[in-house]
Parts: sequence; C-alpha cells; structure tokens
Amino acid sequence: MDLRFTPEELAFREEVRGFIRDNLPREIRERMRLGHPARKQDIVAWQRILNARGWAAYSWPQEWGGPGWTAVQKMIFLEENLAAPAPEVSSFNITMLGPVLIQFGTEEQKRRYLPRAANLDDWWCQGFSEPGSGSDLASLKTRAVKEGGHYVVNGQKIWTSTAHNADWCFLLVRTDPKAPKQQQGISFLLVDLRTPGVEVRPIISIDGSHHLNEVFFTDVRVPVENLVGEENRGWSVAKYLLGNERTGIARLGKSKERTRFALEKAREVNMNGKPLIEDRGFRTRVAQIEVDMKALEITQARVVSAYDKSQDGRPDPLSSVLKIKGTELLQGTSELLMDVGGPQAMPVWQQELAALTNEPALLPEWAVQATPAYLMLRAASIYGGTNEIQKNILNKAVLGL
Amino acid sequence: MDFDLTQDQRLMVESVGRLLADTYAFEQRKALLKTEQGWSPALWAQYAELGLLGLPIAEEHGGFGGGAVEVMLLMQEFGRHLVLEPYLATVVLGAGAIRLAGSPAQQGEILPAIAAGTTRLGFAHYERQARYDMTDVMTTATGAPGGGGFVLEGAKSVVLHGASADALVVSARTAGSRHEAAGLSLFLVDANAPGVTRRGYRLRDGTEAAEIALAAVKVPGHALVGEKDNALPVIERVVQAGIAATAGEVVGAMEAMQAMTLDYLKTRQQFGRPIGDNQALQHRAAEMMVALEQGRSMAMLASMMVDEPDAADRARNISMAKVGVGQSGRFVSQNAVQLHGGIGMTEEYAVGHFFRRVMVIEHMFGDTAYHLDRLADGVA
Ligand SMILES: Cc1cc2nc3c(=O)[nH]c(=O)nc-3n(C[C@H](O)[C@H](O)[C@H](O)COP(=O)(O)OP(=O)(O)OC[C@H]3O[C@@H](n4cnc5c(N)ncnc54)[C@H](O)[C@@H]3O)c2cc1C
Repeated sequence: MDLRFTPEELAFREEVRGFIRDNLPREIRERMRLGHPARKQDIVAWQRILNARGWAAYSWPQEWGGPGWTAVQKMIFLEENLAAPAPEVSSFNITMLGPVLIQFGTEEQKRRYLPRAANLDDWWCQGFSEPGSGSDLASLKTRAVKEGGHYVVNGQKIWTSTAHNADWCFLLVRTDPKAPKQQQGISFLLVDLRTPGVEVRPIISIDGSHHLNEVFFTDVRVPVENLVGEENRGWSVAKYLLGNERTGIARLGKSKERTRFALEKAREVNMNGKPLIEDRGFRTRVAQIEVDMKALEITQARVVSAYDKSQDGRPDPLSSVLKIKGTELLQGTSELLMDVGGPQAMPVWQQELAALTNEPALLPEWAVQATPAYLMLRAASIYGGTNEIQKNILNKAVLGL
Repeated sequence: MDFDLTQDQRLMVESVGRLLADTYAFEQRKALLKTEQGWSPALWAQYAELGLLGLPIAEEHGGFGGGAVEVMLLMQEFGRHLVLEPYLATVVLGAGAIRLAGSPAQQGEILPAIAAGTTRLGFAHYERQARYDMTDVMTTATGAPGGGGFVLEGAKSVVLHGASADALVVSARTAGSRHEAAGLSLFLVDANAPGVTRRGYRLRDGTEAAEIALAAVKVPGHALVGEKDNALPVIERVVQAGIAATAGEVVGAMEAMQAMTLDYLKTRQQFGRPIGDNQALQHRAAEMMVALEQGRSMAMLASMMVDEPDAADRARNISMAKVGVGQSGRFVSQNAVQLHGGIGMTEEYAVGHFFRRVMVIEHMFGDTAYHLDRLADGVA
C-alpha cells in the first residue's frame, strides 16, 4: 500500500498542469472562476486545443485518437482540467459515444464519427429519458419501425441536455414492443438532428438557464446503417455506456476548486466584524468538507487503480460510492460559496449586460453567479442515475439485501 | 400553554386563504412575475380593504392592533402561495420601525397611509460590506449647514422592494465609527429625494430589491426616527420582527412543498408502481415532516418572542428560531426537488419557486451560520 503517486505520475501531473496554464484562454478561465457555466464557444475552443495535443479523447485508445492513458492518468488529467478551472470536454462525445462506438460500432461508424466527436465538430446529445421513463429507463416508448433502408422514429425524449446546441443525438428506441422483457426490445440509433421531423423545445431550469430540452420525433427517417450494435440489443449498449468510464464521475477537481475559491472570497467578506475566513464556524465547515474530499480522493484512487489492474473492464460497484459522495460534495461546495456570497448572492444580475452600457459593477459577479450554480447542481443527484437509484445499485450489487 | 387559534385568527387565515386560492394559482403568479412591477397593486388594495396592511398597526392609526402571532399566521398563508406583494418590506419592516420609534407626528402621518395601502416603505439598513452585521454601518448623516437638518451619504444593499417604495427608513451613523453599537440613527427619507439613486433588480425568487446610493441627500430635522445615536435597539427589533414574519412564510412554503411532494410520490409511476411505494422515499417524506414540524415550532417561538421585553432573551430565542427554520427549510426544499426528479428542476413547476423563496429568506437578516455564531457566543 502506498498513497503516493509514482514519479512518472507526478511528472505527468506537472505536464498537464503546465499545458493547461499555457494554453487555456484567459477569458475562459476567468469566466469559469467567476462561476459562469462554460459557453458553447468556450467548450468547443478548449476541446479543440486539447484535441490538437491529443488529449480531448482522453479515455480512448491511441488507435482512435486517444492518448492511451492509464486510469490513474485519466484521473489526474480530469482533476487538473477541473481545477484550472477549464471547461470539461463533452461527456456526450468523449465518455459516452466514443467508447460505445469503439466497442460496438462498425468500422465505417468509427471512421465517420470518432474523429469529429473528438474535435467537437459534431456536438452530440443523449436521448435516453422520456416523460414516463426516468429511473425506469427500460420502459421507454419512443418507437422505431424498420421500413426498407430506414428506421422511422416516433416519440418524445425529455431532459435532453444541450440538444439545442447539438448536431447529433444518440437515441434509445423501442424496436420490438412484443419482446418478453422490456430490455430486449430496445435499439441504439445515431440521429442527425437536422433530419425532418425532429423538433427541439427548450425547458428553462430553476437557475434560469436553458440547458434542458424536450425533443419530439415525428416520422423521422434514420438510415439503418445508423444502428449501433444489433437490433433489439441496445440495452446492453446503453448499460455499457452508463457503466463505462466512471473515473470522472466524482468531479472532485471541481469541488476542490470551488472550495479554494470560496476560501479566497471568505477573505473579502465579513462575519460579525471580522473577515469570514477568521470565523471559527466557517473554518469548521470547510474542515468538514476537506475531510470528505480527502476520503473521496482515496476512494476514487482505489477504484481507479483497481480498474487499471482488472482484466474484464467491468464497472466497479464502488463507482456508485463515487457518484453519491461526489455529487454531495459538488452540492456542498456550491452551497458553501453561495453562503459566502450571502445577501449579495441572491440578486439576478447580469453584469455582462451592464458592461455593454458601461455601467459600474453593481454587485460582485462571483456572488451573483454562485446561486445559479448552486441551483443547477441540485440536479447532480438526479441525473446520471439518481442517488436513490445508486443506493439501490449498491444494495443489489454488493449488500444483497 | 395554548397553541390554538382564536376565532378571529381562524377567520383571518380562512379569508386570506380563499383570496389567495383565487388569485395566486401558479399560472396567475407567473403572469404577475412577468409584469414590470412584479406584484399586483390591485391585490395590494384588496389587502388594505381586508385590513391586512394594518394588521400590526394600532387602531388609533387605522390598523387592527394585531401582534406578531397574527403576522406569522398571515405570512404562513403568503408562504403557501408565494405572495409577491411588498408586505414584509412595508408592513413588517418599514412600518415596524415607525411603530417602534416614530414620533407621534410620523406615526400619525405614515401608519394610516400604510394601513390604507397608499404608502409603501423600504427598510434600508444593510450595506454591502456589512453582510449580516447589524452595526457595520458606513452611511453617515451629518448636521446640515445652517442647522436643523441632516445630509446623508452612503450606500445600502439588497433593500427589499426598495426600487418601488415611496419612502425609505434609512440607518446612518451620526456618531461613532464602523462596527460601533452606539452612534446609529434612523431617518425617514423620501425615496425620490434628490441624491437618492435606486437600481432595482429581481432576487432569485422573483421579488424585487435595489441597491440604493445616497449622495448628499438632505433631510429635515424631523426626518429623524427615534432617538439620535441610539437606533441599534430599534434596528434589532425590526430585524427580529422580520425574522419572525419570514419564519411563518417559510413554514407555509414548507407545507406547500410537502403537500406537492406527497402528491407526486403517490402519482408518479416508475418500475410499474408509484415511487412512493419505495420505503426509502417513505422515510424521506417522514424526515421532511419531522423537519417541517420542528420548523413550525420555531416559527411559533419567534412570533411569541417578538414582544419579549428582555432583550437578551428575545435575541437568543429569535436566533434559535432563525437557525431552526433555516435548517428545516433547506432540508425540506432540497428533498422536495430531489424526490421530484427532473421535473423539480424546471421553472415550469412550482416546487423550484418555493425552493428559491426559502433560499432567499435564509440569506436575509443573518443566515444560519451567523445566528449559530451568536448563539455559540452565548453558550454557558
Ligand atoms: C439537469 C439534468 C440533465 C439531464 N440530462 C439528460 C440527458 O442529457 N439525457 C437524458 O436522457 N436524460 C437526462 N436527464 C434525465 C435524468 O437522467 C433523469 O432525470 C433521471 O434518470 C431521473 O428520472 P426522472 O427525472 O424521471 O425521476 P423519477 O425516476 O421519476 O424519480 C423521482 C424520484 O423518485 C426516486 N426513485 C425512483 N425510483 C426509485 C426506486 N426504485 N427506489 C428509490 N427511489 C426511487 C428518484 O430517486 C427520484 O428522487 C437529465 C436530468 C437533469 C435533471
């Protein structure tokens, strides 16, 4: 047992940190530090810079344009990227679609989609959830009927993150409604969102932003060559996608970065006549967060190094521990920063709009941004399998209760 | 001990509940939020007619002579429907200061106008650098040359309904330095007086607030509210009344979220059965109820402590209530969203609106950490 990174791993961390420091555009970094969500153009710009270095598809094998890193290297890369803070690479493109195509795709599909996904030339989104099928995903109803060289798709998806920015969607559809088990009649399709019959409608979330969408499919014709894996075997593809590559699931780098930022701001605001940073109650709260982060860091390292050693590449049920604690920490640290902002974190104020008219800063931007970030992160324990479902998984897979 | 409502209290709660059921359905409220003002002057007039605006105002000033308990009960109804009108700013805070410290002339002029719904006030005390600190006041009021009046200079932050108020109760230093308890005074300032600049915005819950700058604002000597240099006890009592009132509002909001969540647990189907069939979620709902009832007790405590003469006892109990209600509110609202899944995250669904109201209230008048600190200082 040795908690230390090897000299090679430490050198690798330095290399990643140095590259990000030298190449991340300052404006993007500053916006992210202030707590703004990354804009589409920022995400694209940064992913392309990473891709030029061969790092965007960080989890893919070298054969398909990835760096061929070990799980420990991937973990280090993700942490440094979040800690910068830099926009995250598109998880739809890199951690979901890529590995699925590499595992199940045809040569033609790999050649056609992978390089464009790595470079974010195509922006992908995930069309899984439906109004009636959230936690119970296998009950999905969107129907695809084969007619000659096409599947004709009808139905509705919901909660489709960034569909309004997307070019393509990977979609779960029902191809055999009569299959003895729900899981057996599902297929995985790649859909060009410019196809006639696709309609994307916005859903505004409680942070006031447009991130989510409903996507309606009316007689949408999808070429049969866009089927991934076998017809009616899409559930195994989806399960592979959801279970694959859990290295980044805890997003610990973000919690660490936000805690550091909150500490920095706690020097600038007051509590009972002293800087907040000197307040014992505040320091105790931060200490608790640091304890939790440290435990998670080591748990994550255990999962990751086991993954490197395992032969079967099957997801570790401990990844549910990473999801549960990781999202609790994301929520806890966003809550911390909002509380540091205090009353000034409550207004809705767009400094960017004011800046256009040369108005002076009315309110501290970091404080104003802290609250929408907090609000949006309430979803972290809902998406990617709710934390209740993660606990059910632990029960079934480990505890046997 | 008696926790029952009187006949009058019950009647008030019922009539307000009926009015709000008719006027504050989710879609109606959404339309109201979209208007420039963000609340309804017509409803404000109705509140005046029902006597709600004069609820805590003495009968001799056109009010009802009610106390903090009545205000809490009313705020609970407001919380259930997420009422947007400036009741807290005008009736609880602004009028509260005038009631507690105003001269007979000020009371005779302002309080009847508030009860009648023709004047609205803002309470401009907290400053940006102060965060929650009640003595951290840098705004100054100096004697105007020639005598008699004062000149105000400074800035106030997140003044609730400050942009649309007719007049502001402003705290300023007439003596002492930053953080000093002595040397504060209150002034009644025409919100449209020369030198007053108000920049309004919405808070995350849709209610209005403003940053207010005071640049060489001249006020006459009779604008002073209460004793010169000794306003802190008044400010504290106004803030305490605000805590008690919003505690009621949070209880109402928690009740609404609890009801919505229970309904959702019974109707939302996943895996072929209502999600509420899962014992994990049954326990969560029970924990929400525990939090709600503990919060309700604390709201009662706060309202019964508002008029407690022993200042230290009053402050301590009201801090306890702020902590208890704040923690309950956070727990209930976070879980209400969680148990709704994706739908709880949307602007089109009511639970998120309650969530944000409770969140905004938690960051008023000192947050949980601030009041815990004060309580910790007093642990003996
Ligand atoms: C911000 C955000 C982004 C998203 N992005 C995408 C996306 O890009 N693509 C996509 O396809 N989907 C996306 N989703 C959807 C997400 O995957 C679903 O919201 C999630 O699976 C939960 O489903 P649901 O919302 O229908 O909630 P439900 O499944 O109805 O759950 C409601 C509540 O019941 C609980 N529950 C349900 N079943 C059980 C059980 N058996 N035991 C105990 N508790 C249970 C849940 O934990 C939850 O608390 C996103 C969601 C959000 C909020």
